[in-house]
Amino acid sequence: MKLPAASANSRSAFAAPAWPRRAAFAPIALTVSIAALGFAVAGCVTINIYFPAAAAEKAADRIIEEVYQLRKDAVPAKPAEAK
Amino acid sequence: MTKQLFSAQLQLVLALLLAHAPLAAWAQANLEINTPAINGLKQAMAARHAQLAPHYVSGAVGIERDGTVALRDANAVPLPQRAAVSGLVGAENNDRTALYREIARANGKPEWEGEIRNTFALRWIDKAAPGWQVQNPQGQWVKK
Repeated sequence: MKLPAASANSRSAFAAPAWPRRAAFAPIALTVSIAALGFAVAGCVTINIYFPAAAAEKAADRIIEEVYQLRKDAVPAKPAEAK
Repeated sequence: MTKQLFSAQLQLVLALLLAHAPLAAWAQANLEINTPAINGLKQAMAARHAQLAPHYVSGAVGIERDGTVALRDANAVPLPQRAAVSGLVGAENNDRTALYREIARANGKPEWEGEIRNTFALRWIDKAAPGWQVQNPQGQWVKK
């Protein structure tokens, strides 16, 4: 039931001899150009990030707490707590 | 046929945008600080901190408003130790500068170094223990 329907479908899509070349090409070009636009827009979002102040503050606190040795859970600078 | 194609294209574009969104959000939520260079600097600074700590407490060494450390009262350090403390202060400031550069580089944004320095400057002072000497935004020494 399924197979004949699929083959009938593909015949109508690919075996149509009367399709002009341009008409067959245009949708592909459109797809490619829209995909490229999508990448470009997404790329802009990813690349042009302003300075992430909150993230920098968080990173600074992590490092400073380790240097000042205020963190108990941090990766210790010395292997054992020798206090 | 054309309509279906258009909706497929629309879905593709939306999928691309959505796929990038979490990446952008992650980049804003976290900075990369886990590299060998950064970890090495951090450990050197933590080890040095143990030597500097008594001088923070005595007020001989303080934190300037730009986040560097300074030997602000050499007389508070016993004479035989002064050269050593001065050396510690210089080494600490070198490591701090290197740390900001390495963080900027680890995140692929060397131009962020200055802003990272400014962020750290505030946090070094904010995290300083009570009794330490720090500079206020006007550059005057105050006891925390």
